[in-house]
Amino acid sequence: MSRKILRYLALTLGAVAMLGPFAWMLITSLTGDPQLARVDAPLLPDPPTIEPYGRLGEAFPFWRFAANSVGVAVVSTLLQLFTSATAAYAFSRLRFRGSGAVFVLYLATMMIPMQVIIVPLFIEMRHLGLVDSYAGLLLPTIVSSFGVFMLRQAFLALPMELDEAAYVDGAGHLRVFAQVLLPLVAPALATFAVFAFMSSWNAFLWPLVIAQTEAHMTLPVGLSLLQGRYSTAWNVVMAGSTMSVLPILALYVFAQRYVVRGITFTGIKS
Amino acid sequence: MTEPRTATTAAPTARANAPTPRVRRSGAARRRLRTAVAAAGFLAPSLLLLLGFWIGPMLGTAWVSLQDWNLIGVPTFVGLDNYTELLGDAEFHAALGHTLAYLAGYLPLVLVCGLAVALLLDAKLPAMTLYRATFFLPVISSWVAVSLLWKWLLNPADGLVNRILGALGVPGPGWWTDPDWAMPSVVLASVWKDVGFVAVILLAGLQAIPRDLLEAAALDGAGWWRKLRSITLPMISPSLFFVTVISLINGFQVFDQVWVMTEGGPGGASSVVVEQIVNNAFSYGRVGYASAMSIVLFAVILLVTLAQLRLQRRWVHYE
Repeated sequence: MSRKILRYLALTLGAVAMLGPFAWMLITSLTGDPQLARVDAPLLPDPPTIEPYGRLGEAFPFWRFAANSVGVAVVSTLLQLFTSATAAYAFSRLRFRGSGAVFVLYLATMMIPMQVIIVPLFIEMRHLGLVDSYAGLLLPTIVSSFGVFMLRQAFLALPMELDEAAYVDGAGHLRVFAQVLLPLVAPALATFAVFAFMSSWNAFLWPLVIAQTEAHMTLPVGLSLLQGRYSTAWNVVMAGSTMSVLPILALYVFAQRYVVRGITFTGIKS
Repeated sequence: MTEPRTATTAAPTARANAPTPRVRRSGAARRRLRTAVAAAGFLAPSLLLLLGFWIGPMLGTAWVSLQDWNLIGVPTFVGLDNYTELLGDAEFHAALGHTLAYLAGYLPLVLVCGLAVALLLDAKLPAMTLYRATFFLPVISSWVAVSLLWKWLLNPADGLVNRILGALGVPGPGWWTDPDWAMPSVVLASVWKDVGFVAVILLAGLQAIPRDLLEAAALDGAGWWRKLRSITLPMISPSLFFVTVISLINGFQVFDQVWVMTEGGPGGASSVVVEQIVNNAFSYGRVGYASAMSIVLFAVILLVTLAQLRLQRRWVHYE
């Protein structure tokens, strides 16, 4: 019995350590300037104000950054689903010469970090005239060998008899892929979609390098600028941070199952 | 499966009847061709993107690293000059040292804390999912948001941490404004963000341990520590191995939190390798030199990962 209490006590301490900082983020974002300036001021905002949120758009087109983030994350996720699912179908359902070698090539690209290829990637985008454009932001992110691997596993779990029955009915590959198999791997697609959305929403290094004007910046890049401008207005910076955490939090609340499954899947592949 | 079967049934017929086999065989060949065309079609979107924006640039890094180039003029081939310059570059050596220092602090902390949280969460008790969710919140937040939050929490003058320390009568350090405390500040924020990730991976490993194994050990009089050392840790060693490899790979690439919290400062005290790459390429316009750094970073990551794959035989137990 006392063991159980100790366990809950330790977990609660941990939960406070996790939630406390987020609470402080929210509290700061609701604190007015005069109170923030006083070190001896009470911790809780008195009275709470949403004024810092109103100031978000003052120095930067903050809401433009937010819209860019939403747009880029949605488009990137949809395209990643498309490119990953089609490749996964080829690797799990089509017998062609060299499929093993090509699959190894896909797996090998999982080892390449964005940090290592960033310079030539930027040079390439310059040649293509895509620096500071949505296409430049998106192109390297709309393919995921991790997604290919994950969806391939899902396809492999489906019996071949499904395809064969469809072929007997006169279906071609496209129909077997889109109408027979794809609906059956919906949970895997959802898991990967959540994963892809999160990585796109939180991406920093590539957007930082490729987006050069405010028109194409995403929320994380915008936030890092906000900090430079408002080095003392932490309530405004925390308001921006809260705005960037909220959508991902909502996604997590509604799709917790898929988020956790997506993360643990990265553990299973080893 | 259908195609080979038709091919073998076609063979005996071929011997019996002369004109049909050619048609049959070309039918099988045509089917094979059609599969190859379909495979090309299904692979094209991902393969072209991978080649164009990942594999190509990877080879490009190696090529650019042999050039002297400022992005404006024409690249000049300089052989291994960039690499020899790296050998004598004190700033780069310092950045490598700081990256290793980051790892030395981050890795043990995140593994021990993650394991502790996973062990605590591994119980069939009410509210465990809720607790797991709280540990996961920092994992799903962006590095930028987390770094800003911790920069504010660790603000020397009026941050919450120093206010609490002050109330307890402990003078708080200067955190990210102090050269000695800048890297510990970054480590603290990073461990806080990643603990839930490590915990969830290890929890999946813990939940796969057969319960009767632990019960049998308990019947034999094994205490908590003994069970942890002799059963739990060996049983979850594949998961431990995985998070160690991933955390090391990610740790060498540490950037976002440094860029936001300290910008490598104060006075270069927390400068790391990727920050050097970004500055050399995009601030000083030395893309060849930055690419040489990228190659060195990649080589280090590759070597460390390979070393771990070799060492895993000593401590990782697969069933």
